[in-house]
Amino acid sequence: MKIGVLGIQGAIQEHLSILRKTGVEPSWVKNRKELDSVEALVMPGGESTTMIKLLKRFEMWEILRNRIEDGMPVLATCAGMILLSRKIENVVNQDSLGVLDISVKRNGYGRQINSFEVDLQIDEIGPEPFRAVFIRAPKIESISGEVRVLTSYDGSPVLVRQGNVLAASFHPELTGDLRIHRYFLKMAEAAEKRIKECAE
Amino acid sequence: MKMEAKGTWTVKKGFAEMFKNGVIMDVTNPEQAKIAQDAGATAVMALERVPADIRKEGGVARMAKIGLIKEIMESVTIPVMAKARIGHIAEAKILEAIGVDFIDESEVLTPADDKYHIDKRIFTVPFVCGARNLGEAVRRIAEGAAMIRTKGEAGTGNIIEAVKHMRTVNEEVRKAQMMNDAELVHYGKEIGAPVEILSQVRELGRLPVVNFAAGGVATPADAALMMMLGCDGVFVGSGIFKSKDPARMAKAIVEAVSHYENAEALAEISENVGDAMDGLEIETLEVRMEERGW
Repeated sequence: MKIGVLGIQGAIQEHLSILRKTGVEPSWVKNRKELDSVEALVMPGGESTTMIKLLKRFEMWEILRNRIEDGMPVLATCAGMILLSRKIENVVNQDSLGVLDISVKRNGYGRQINSFEVDLQIDEIGPEPFRAVFIRAPKIESISGEVRVLTSYDGSPVLVRQGNVLAASFHPELTGDLRIHRYFLKMAEAAEKRIKECAE
Repeated sequence: MKMEAKGTWTVKKGFAEMFKNGVIMDVTNPEQAKIAQDAGATAVMALERVPADIRKEGGVARMAKIGLIKEIMESVTIPVMAKARIGHIAEAKILEAIGVDFIDESEVLTPADDKYHIDKRIFTVPFVCGARNLGEAVRRIAEGAAMIRTKGEAGTGNIIEAVKHMRTVNEEVRKAQMMNDAELVHYGKEIGAPVEILSQVRELGRLPVVNFAAGGVATPADAALMMMLGCDGVFVGSGIFKSKDPARMAKAIVEAVSHYENAEALAEISENVGDAMDGLEIETLEVRMEERGW
């Protein structure tokens, strides 16, 4: 299965490197053609306004939305999650793909001096706590529809799943713990299997 | 289960990773900050005068006025950085207190200390520092810098010094990679670099923190050149707001950094950007900002 990392801006190399450690060969997705060729996608952290502008300028925005709506598995972290969200609460005129039924508050945990790391309990990936790094992180204010909360912190969901979309307000690519990426790969493989079975 | 922790090395270094493959722009007022954000900047650097004007006007260059930095912070949603003088612990403490996202301990301002840089490890806010070579970069990291940039020669619109600094770091990293333990200890002594961080450099084949280009970037091609040399992203100081059409130049440089390896795209991006800032020959300069810092 071809896994890509959306490579417009941000912590692209960190996701590529952690995916390699799980044993897959991910590709750097920079244009429409490369986006068409992958079967699962990681959307990294970085600056959401920058990514949105460049995705539109390079005519990848609508294609990305269509691919996700068609069921392409996606792991989105921090800025990536903002891009997917249904609604951004505190910034007017910031567009989003609207494919994940959450509403987020940008920099909801504050500026950089309030950025933090903390242990989270995530049952789906095992009993050991996961060290989560929150950097000027978006806060999930509300969820609706089919969104399932995999873990919360301080009263707000921080890891959610809706169908083939897995989204975190923190950065699983920064600590060397492979479990969230492994969970995503398993999710993507299951989705691929379902598609194959349907085709048969 | 461990408790919540702020200002850790992971949180500081991780934040710098988020700027990668992006452009950080110098701005001197909220209007410019908005232009930078609209162009796709990943952060802005709030200051009173861009380096080209500091160079022209002379005098002591200090931290920007707090009111101005706050206005800029309120005007954009992207991170806001600000500069403190080399060694000026109080300026840095003040910038941290108002909630600036990153501090640049910068040679562009007049140094406040002729021997010591700020001990950056005791701060919650992360720091970026300039470097001309591997020894200087590693010393800054040892003091707690979570991000490094080339010094280049700010305010000149001349890329040669930034290229020299990046090439030098690359060369010295490769040299370190060839060394055994004994040689590395000696090399560390030679270039004034703590061997613990030098071993990390040897293992990673690069600096252990994000490394940006700065000082002299004036065109989309300059930005692409620095990316080709292995920088993680680009700072543009005077290059945006001293150009003929800042909004267009800003947008073009952002696009060039994202697509630096695609020559056709670069050609298209470089077309119709308007005139770049006026440039200066390094030999004609009265002040070499890159020589500040130790």
